[in-house]
Amino acid sequence: MMLKRSTNSGYWWFLLPGLILFVMVIAIPFLMNIGTSFTTWQGVGTPKWAGLDNYARLFRDSTFWASFRNNLAMLIAMTIVPTLLGLLLAAVLYDYIGNKFGSGTASFFRAAFYLPQILPVAIAGVVWAWILHPNYGALNGFLETLGLENLTRNWLGNRQTALPSVMMIMVWFQLGYPLVIFMAGLQRIDPEIYEAAVLDGASWFDRFRFITVHLIRPEIFVVLLTTTIASLKVFGQIYVLTRGGPGNATLVPSYFAYQNFFEKANVGYGAAIATVMTLIIIVLTIIFIRRQSAEEL
Amino acid sequence: MTSLPLKSTLKKPHQAGFGRYLVLAALIIAVLIVLLPFAIVVINAFKTPTDYASNGPLSWPSEWSIDGIVAFWQRVDYSQKLLNSLLISASVAVIGVLLSLLNAFALGIGRIKGRVWLLILFMVANTLPQESLVYPLYYLSKEFDLYNTRFVVILIFSVIQSAFGTYLLSSVFSTFPKEMLEAAMLDGCNKLQLLFKIIVPVSRPTLSVLFTFFFIWTWNEFFLPLILLISNDRQTVPIAVGVLQGQRNMEATLSSASALLGILPCFIFFLIFQRTLTKGIAAGSVK
Repeated sequence: MMLKRSTNSGYWWFLLPGLILFVMVIAIPFLMNIGTSFTTWQGVGTPKWAGLDNYARLFRDSTFWASFRNNLAMLIAMTIVPTLLGLLLAAVLYDYIGNKFGSGTASFFRAAFYLPQILPVAIAGVVWAWILHPNYGALNGFLETLGLENLTRNWLGNRQTALPSVMMIMVWFQLGYPLVIFMAGLQRIDPEIYEAAVLDGASWFDRFRFITVHLIRPEIFVVLLTTTIASLKVFGQIYVLTRGGPGNATLVPSYFAYQNFFEKANVGYGAAIATVMTLIIIVLTIIFIRRQSAEEL
Repeated sequence: MTSLPLKSTLKKPHQAGFGRYLVLAALIIAVLIVLLPFAIVVINAFKTPTDYASNGPLSWPSEWSIDGIVAFWQRVDYSQKLLNSLLISASVAVIGVLLSLLNAFALGIGRIKGRVWLLILFMVANTLPQESLVYPLYYLSKEFDLYNTRFVVILIFSVIQSAFGTYLLSSVFSTFPKEMLEAAMLDGCNKLQLLFKIIVPVSRPTLSVLFTFFFIWTWNEFFLPLILLISNDRQTVPIAVGVLQGQRNMEATLSSASALLGILPCFIFFLIFQRTLTKGIAAGSVK
């Protein structure tokens, strides 16, 4: 007991540098942003108090709602599709390819699917912006080579195709992340459970549905949460690919905030958008923490 | 990625079935689709504009030319961008790990009062959208004459990354063997010695995972560097490549060369760090 007490004192000092910097770089700017969201401000001069005006305006702003609708599209492309595909692929690679062609083959596939994830988001955007370019892009060039000129189009510059194109790119980019996590999760499952199921006559799909999905629920939860938050923060790809256009077809909240901060000099309004985003993300994080601590108990 | 062998679940007698080759074929097609963009970037980065114009994007280069790559390199002063990215990422990795270490030492080993709340604070900070910090950071860095300096970017990302590092390391440290700590204390170790002579050597693997992640995450950052680093000689690789994308007069081969030069460093890191990364991703998902 003596020892314990003496070892527990004096640790505060070690927290000091981290905490001071944390206050400077995160806490103060964070509070300043909330403060700014209650003002009208051009970025220069004195901010004018506006109360809840910015928030009231947000709720009436069809552009803001458009950005949120597009965010749902990003949620489908970055969370739902990659999680489902990732689950299926992880199970196939682990429980089928791994058995029939060896674990090396399975590892090779995992690495290949993971490759897009190593790119900075902006570079991934550049790769695709080039492939989808209307004049010199590889996709249109490819279609022409095949004699399918009537299928060529301005993929990112066209209202109908811009959002689906961006969604496809997001799936391509994101797929490797759940795959790697799910395959890691599968490794902690006792093989005997599968063996017993096989003896009981369970088909591959039964095993997938009743064992795999069930036992890697913690991993599924982590993936769903982290990718949901990531989908709310999408910026780099949009900046490089479409700048939110054409019109607002691919506008996302993050880019909308950026526009208000740095292009339209509506700093107060931009701050309100950022605050709403933050609120959603904090709620998701709290759900996550509660769920995690519930599981640990 | 091949470093982590997968345990196979079942060793059962092979059924003669043809089905498994169908599954394999489907997977190979899926992988080819995923890898196709990389392949077209590579072959077109080495083409001449005339070759591209006459033979299209899918042909093999009629002769391998590095003109496009050289042209892009010179146009954006790529050596400088590489240097900036390296300097920023490496500094953030070192400072970020150090800050995480000190924080986690107080929280995970010292178990100081209010540690749960502090941990929640760091966790929340880690998930905050950068949009909610960006304007004040932009404004304050101008006020303090730090705008458009690599220093301010290093400082900001060190703190942002250490929020994650603190969270992860604290939970690792909270399971640190008590006997080892007590033995060191009885031997007359002070806290600084305890941290650097006992804890750091023992947790080297975790620290190197953190270092790798901080380095790569910082390298890949786009939003804050885009806003805070405006002059050409301070920009990082993703910013240089990403911003140039918007310019109209790019040729196909130049675009492709820029994409290749953006991909290459990450590919090299991937090869160097793949073991650490694989371990880290797996660990991160359980923590």
